[in-house]
Amino acid sequence: MSNLLSLITFFPLVGMVVLLFLPRESDRLLKTVTLVITLITFLISLPLAFDDAFRTSAEMRYVEFAQWINIGEYFRMNYYVGIDGISLWLVMLTTFIMPITVLSTWHAVEKNTKGFMALLLLLETGMLGAFIALDVFLFYIFWELMLIPMYFLIGIWGGKNRIYAAVKFFIFTAVGSLLMLVAIIYVYYYAVKAGLPFQSGFSIAHFYQLDLPAHLQTWLFLAFAFSFAIKVPMFPVHTWLPDAHTEAPTAGSVILAAILLKMGTYGYVRFAIPLFPVAAMKFTPLFATLAVIGIIYGALVAMMQDDVKKLVAYSSVSHLGFVMLGVFAMNLQGLSGGMLQMINHGISTGALFLIVGFIYERRHTRLIADFGGISKKMPVFATIFMIMTFSSVGLPGTNGFVGEFLILLGAFESGLRWYTVFATTGVILAAVYMLWMFQRVMMGKITNPKNEELQDLSGREIAVMVPLLVFVFWIGFYPNTFLEKMNPSLENLIQQVKGKQQVALLVEAPTPSVAKITVNE
Amino acid sequence: MENLVQIALQNVNLAAIMPSLVLVCFGMGLLLINVFLPRGTTRPAVWISLVGIVVTAGVVVQGWGSPQYGFSDAVALDNFATFFNVTFLVAAALTILMSDEYLHREGYPVGEYYPLILFTTAGAMWMASGTDMMTIFLGLEVMSVSLYVLAGFFRGQVASNEAGLKYFLLGAFSTGFLLYGIALIYGVTGSTRLTEIGVYLNSHSSLLTNPMTLAGMALLSIGFLFKIGAAPFHMWAPDVYQGSPTPITAFMSAGPKAAAFAAFLRILEYCFFSVKPEWTAMLWVLAVLTMTVGNFVAISQTNIKRMLAYSSISHAGYALVGLVAANEIGYSGVLFYMLAYTFMNLGAFAVLVLAGKKGEENLTLEGFAGFGYKRPFLGVAMTIFLFSLMSIPPTAGFAGKFYLFAGAIKAGYIWLAVIGMLNSAVSFYYYLRVMVYMYFREPTEDYAWVSMPIGVLVTIVLAIIGSLYLGVLPNEVMAMAKMAIF
Repeated sequence: MSNLLSLITFFPLVGMVVLLFLPRESDRLLKTVTLVITLITFLISLPLAFDDAFRTSAEMRYVEFAQWINIGEYFRMNYYVGIDGISLWLVMLTTFIMPITVLSTWHAVEKNTKGFMALLLLLETGMLGAFIALDVFLFYIFWELMLIPMYFLIGIWGGKNRIYAAVKFFIFTAVGSLLMLVAIIYVYYYAVKAGLPFQSGFSIAHFYQLDLPAHLQTWLFLAFAFSFAIKVPMFPVHTWLPDAHTEAPTAGSVILAAILLKMGTYGYVRFAIPLFPVAAMKFTPLFATLAVIGIIYGALVAMMQDDVKKLVAYSSVSHLGFVMLGVFAMNLQGLSGGMLQMINHGISTGALFLIVGFIYERRHTRLIADFGGISKKMPVFATIFMIMTFSSVGLPGTNGFVGEFLILLGAFESGLRWYTVFATTGVILAAVYMLWMFQRVMMGKITNPKNEELQDLSGREIAVMVPLLVFVFWIGFYPNTFLEKMNPSLENLIQQVKGKQQVALLVEAPTPSVAKITVNE
Repeated sequence: MENLVQIALQNVNLAAIMPSLVLVCFGMGLLLINVFLPRGTTRPAVWISLVGIVVTAGVVVQGWGSPQYGFSDAVALDNFATFFNVTFLVAAALTILMSDEYLHREGYPVGEYYPLILFTTAGAMWMASGTDMMTIFLGLEVMSVSLYVLAGFFRGQVASNEAGLKYFLLGAFSTGFLLYGIALIYGVTGSTRLTEIGVYLNSHSSLLTNPMTLAGMALLSIGFLFKIGAAPFHMWAPDVYQGSPTPITAFMSAGPKAAAFAAFLRILEYCFFSVKPEWTAMLWVLAVLTMTVGNFVAISQTNIKRMLAYSSISHAGYALVGLVAANEIGYSGVLFYMLAYTFMNLGAFAVLVLAGKKGEENLTLEGFAGFGYKRPFLGVAMTIFLFSLMSIPPTAGFAGKFYLFAGAIKAGYIWLAVIGMLNSAVSFYYYLRVMVYMYFREPTEDYAWVSMPIGVLVTIVLAIIGSLYLGVLPNEVMAMAKMAIF
C-alpha cells in the first residue's frame, strides 16, 4: 500500500475523534476502544517490520509526497514522509509500546478516562509523525505537537508536584525547539540561495547536500543539538526529566521513557549530525564528555534515590548517555549499538516504569524503604522484575548487553578511548544501583506488615509484560533481526557524514602549512 | 481654496470608499432606528449591524484584485487595504456577536454600542486605504473617538470611566504628536500625499538628514506606535484594556491595532523607503523592547483580562518584527498575523466574556480553577486559543509567527528572531498557567452561571475555525497576504 505510513500515523488520530463521541462515563468501553485502536495500529505497522528490503536498501521506503504549503517563492512545505532502517524500529517501538501502555492503565486511570485516552492517541500520532517526517518543517510540527498531550498527561493525571513538573517539561522542551526553528528557517534560506529546487521545500535529503561553511555549521548545529539535548536529556539540561518522570502517571512515564526520549537521540542521528557533519566532528569531544558525565552522574544520583521511580528516571539519564556516546562514535558498531540501545531502553525502562506502576497501584508508595521481601508474596512479579533489572544492567543474554557492548566497542575503536573507559564504569554502577534496589525491595524478610497482603500479578499485568520479555531475550540472543535491517541505512549515513568530514579536514589541513611556508620565507 | 475643492471633487470615485460608505450608512441608519426602539431592546441593532458587516464584506471582497483610487490619490482601495478591511470586519463581526448577552448582563443594553463599532471599523478602513496623511488622520480620529466612547461605555463603572478617560487623554496627546509630525513633514516636502512625500525625499537626499524631517518622522512614528501599543508608548494599554468592556478590549486589541499597523506600514513604505536602514534600526530596538516588556509584565498578572492585555503588547512586538524585516515576507507576515491574531485573541476574550460574572468579576486565574472540567467545550476552545497565542503548531499563531520570523531571518536579523523566539518561550509560562488552572486544579465552583448564548457560541466556533484553518492550511490566505503587498 502506498500510503501505509500515513495510515499508521493518522489512524490513532481518527481513533481519537471516534473516542470523543463515546460517553464519558463508560470507563471500560473507552479503554477497550483505545486498546483496539492501538492494537490495530500495531498490526497495520507489522508489514514494515517484515519488509526484507530494509536488509539491502538504505533508501527511504514507503515514501509519500504531497504539496502542503506553497506560497509563491516564499516557502514551500511538503507532506513528505518515509522510513529507512534508522526510523523503522523506532516506528515499530512506538506502535508496539502503545497497546501495552493502554493495557497498563486499566486500573491506574479512573479519573476522566476519556481525556486520558484521547491524549494518548494524539500523542501516538505526534510521535509517529516525527519519526516518519522527511521534511524538516513537518518534523517540527509533529515534534511540537507531542508536547501538548504530554503536558496534559503529566499535569492532570500526575502526582503531587505535577503542575511544576508539567510546566517545567513544557518550557524546557519548547525553549530548545524554538531555537531549532530559527536554525531550520536559516538553513532553508541558505538552501534556497544555494539553488535548492524549490519544490523540495524543507526536504532533509536536499538539506543533506548543502555545503554549509564551517562557522555557520557551528551555530546551526548548536541550535539543533541544544534542542535535542534537552529532549534526550543530556547532562546538564536533564533536570526536567526526573521531575516529569516522577510526577507523570505510569502510562506517561512509560511513553516518555520508551519513545519521547528517543526523539532526541533520533534527532541527532537524522538531523543534527548529518546536516552539520563538520560541526558535529568539532563538537564530538564536548558531546562525548557530556555523555560520559551523564552516564556516571545519572548512575551516582540513581544510587542515592529512595524512590524507585526516581531511581529509574535517573537511570534513564545514564542509559541515554550510552546512546549518545555510541551516536557520536560515528562508526557502525557505535551507531548501531546506539540505535539498538534506544530500542532496548524503550523496552527495559518502559518495563521498569510499568513494574513501579504495579507496586504503586498496590501500595500507593514508591519508597524503597516501604518494601522488602516482596518476592515471597509475588513470585511472578519478582521473576519479571529481576529479568528487567538484568536487562537494564546489561547482563549478557539480555538486550541491554548487546547494545551497551556495541556502543563501548564502537566508541573504543573510534578514538574515544578514554571516554569509553569512564563510560564502562557506568555499567558497573548500573549493576550497583539496580541490584541494590532490587535487593532492598524484593529480598530479605518482610519488614512492613502492609506488604503481607500483596497480591501477585494478575493475568492482565502478565499480558502486559510478556511481549516486553520476549524482546528482552530476542534482542539479547539474536540482535541480528534488528541490526541487519538498520545497518544499510546506518552505513550509508556514516559514509555520508565521514565523507564530508574528510573533505573538511582536507580543506583545513593545507591551510596551516601554506601559512607556515609564507612565514618561513 | 475653491480650486482645491474643485480638484478634489473632480476626482471623486465613490468606488474607492464604497466599503466604508456602506458601513457608515448602516451605522447612521442604526442610530436613527435606535431612537424608535424601546429601551433595552438591542436585538434588532445586533442584526442590523451584522447585516451591515456582511454587506460591507461583500463589497470589500469584490474589490479584491481590482484596485480603486480616488480623491486625487488620497484614497486607494488596493489589495493591501482590502486584506486589512477583511481583518477589521472579522474583528467587528466577532465582537458584535459576543456582545449582546454581555451588555444585558452588565446592565447596559444600549443600542448605540453597535453603530459605534461600525464607525470604528469605518475609521479603521480609512486608515488602511489612506494614501494621504490627511485621510489617514481622518480615519484615525473617527476610529479613536468612537473607541473612546466604547472604552468608557459602562458609565456607572469606575474602571470603565477610567479606561475611557485615560484612553481619551493619552490618545489625544498621541494624536497631537502625529499631527505635529504630519505638519513637519508637510513643511519639508510641501505635500501630504504619501507617494509625493516619498518621491520628494528620495530626490532631495540632503533633506533626509534635515532635523525637521527627522523630527517629523519621529513624531509620526510615536503617534502610530502609541496606537499599536508598542513599548515605551504602551502605558495606557493595560488599564484601558482592563477597564473597557471585555468585547471592546478584544476588539481594540485586534481591529484598531491592525489599522494602526496598516497605516504605519504604508507610510513607512511609501514615504520613507529611502531611509529604510534608519527606521528598521529604530524598530528593531522597539520590537525587542515591546516583546520583552509585554511578556515579562504579563507573567506577574493574576487577572486574565489584564494578562491578555499585556500579552497583546508583546504580540504587537512580534508584528513589529515583520516591519523590521522590511521585505515582502515580513510585510505579508504582518498582514497574516493580524488576521490570525484577530481570530485567536477574540476567541480567548469570548471565553472570558462567558466566564465572567456581573461587574467583570471572576476574571482572575483562581476563578478558572477546574473550568475545563465543568465546561469542557469552553475549556477546549480556550486551550486552542491559548496554544495559538503561544504559537504552537498547527495553529494560526504558529503560521503567523513563522511567517514574520522567516521574514526577519531572510533579511538577516537572526538575533531578532532568536530574541523573539525566547520571548515566545517566556510567554509560554503565563499562557500555560491559564491551562494549569483550567485543568490541573480541582474545580471550586460549578460555573452554573456560565450560559451559552448563541452569539458567543458562533464567535467561539468561528474563532476556532479561523485559528485552526489558518494554521493547518494557510496556503490561500498567505498567498493573498503576499498579493496584498504593494
